[in-house]
Amino acid sequence: MASLAIPTRYRPASVWALYAIGLIPGLYGFYLGIFGGLGADPVRAFEHLLGLWALRFLCLGLLITPLRDLFGVNLMAYRRALGLLAFYYVLAHFAVYLTLDRGLILSSIAGDILKRPYIMLGMAGLLLLIPLALTSNQWSIRRLGPKWNQLHKLVYPVLIAAVLHYALSLKVIDPEAAFYIAVTIILIGYRLIRPKLMERRRARRMATAQR
Amino acid sequence: AAPLAAIPTKYTLDEKLTSKEDVTTYNNFYEFGTGKDDPAKNAGSLTTRPWTIEVDGLVAKPQVIDIETIMANYTMEERVYRMRCVEAWSMVIPWIGFPLASLLDQVEPLGSAKYVAFETLVRPEEMQGQAGIFQALDWPYVEGLRLDEARHPLTILATGLYGETLPNQNGAPIRLVVPWKYGFKGIKSIVKITLTEEEPPTTWNKAAPNEYGFYANVNPAVDHPRWSQATERRIGEAEGLFGGARINTLPFNGYADEVASLYEGMDLTKFY
Repeated sequence: MASLAIPTRYRPASVWALYAIGLIPGLYGFYLGIFGGLGADPVRAFEHLLGLWALRFLCLGLLITPLRDLFGVNLMAYRRALGLLAFYYVLAHFAVYLTLDRGLILSSIAGDILKRPYIMLGMAGLLLLIPLALTSNQWSIRRLGPKWNQLHKLVYPVLIAAVLHYALSLKVIDPEAAFYIAVTIILIGYRLIRPKLMERRRARRMATAQR
Repeated sequence: AAPLAAIPTKYTLDEKLTSKEDVTTYNNFYEFGTGKDDPAKNAGSLTTRPWTIEVDGLVAKPQVIDIETIMANYTMEERVYRMRCVEAWSMVIPWIGFPLASLLDQVEPLGSAKYVAFETLVRPEEMQGQAGIFQALDWPYVEGLRLDEARHPLTILATGLYGETLPNQNGAPIRLVVPWKYGFKGIKSIVKITLTEEEPPTTWNKAAPNEYGFYANVNPAVDHPRWSQATERRIGEAEGLFGGARINTLPFNGYADEVASLYEGMDLTKFY
């Protein structure tokens, strides 16, 4: 299987580089926001930017397996960083919602969470991401064994909740939202057909080996 | 936008104006795209001369009125109004315009007329949101008012803002402004006005009837099904990211004294 062009010894450095690069959009957005570069409604723009990058990293993380299966491109070394970046952006998105958007007025926030399906979906996504982030270390992977894989399947409902949260917050589904809905359908859809696909591939390999 | 003179009026809010920059770059005008900055980017292509408004339906004198005639014949007034978007943000805008009632007087509505229907231009070659695979709404954009709402002195046809003719992204050359209703009632770039007996269809109501009603009066007590309408963010109040605390939304957007009587006896949770 084709691996990444980066030699193994540089791989840790490239993962750290991914973290650093991944945080740039958020930091740059914050910088723009401070200096009035986010347009007429900077709070909304910044909140939206953080949410959108969370969704992007979530999708990128879920692209690793199909890339390996279908195109033989192995980027597995970067999957944890992508997942954690998504988590950091979700946390920042939530923090901006609580503080800059809602001004920490708890009654309004509680009402929002209890009454608004799109807020509930966002909250569900955040809560489901927490155990995944907590068990993203090597020690947990070893300790949990096969259960780790089971647990991390939670990322699929997280993606569905995230994209619904996004779509339901809009007045109409614009082209950008339509794009992420399509990406979600493809990424989740692939997981549904993947077991069959893998089985067929195994059977073919067996047949070749027997010949 | 060209300079446009207007006489001062008593309809002048004592609130800080939203900057001209924000008023003219943060818009919802889906004919030019769904992003807030799309109208400012894309509306330059719109030709606003020649321009006529056809006024027909239940009127004694149906006519096609040229925009130049309107600009010459009506006294333009400055009206500083709050503008509350259904998306829970708001602005304070110095509009220039004239009462819709004066135009209605000119065409003489018949006794049977109960509603006023409005229609926006359809011109996909100049309005990119009306072309292509992705179209956010049904065109033409249509809106409507009850006749008494249309005749209310607060209801104006606006032809300018900030001392100039309307920028295209704000609905040039002429648009509706009804300050006690959500912004989407303020139909832009009007080409047709029809007096009717039946309540006319309205674009957002057709798109999502449970979310947008015909009346669309600003009402903090009646939430949008997907978000709260109790508070709003005043555009331009924040210093960068900070200090843009939400403010409470007022019933009828603060114009309750003038307009609440129009809806006496109506259940506003039902007629939202």
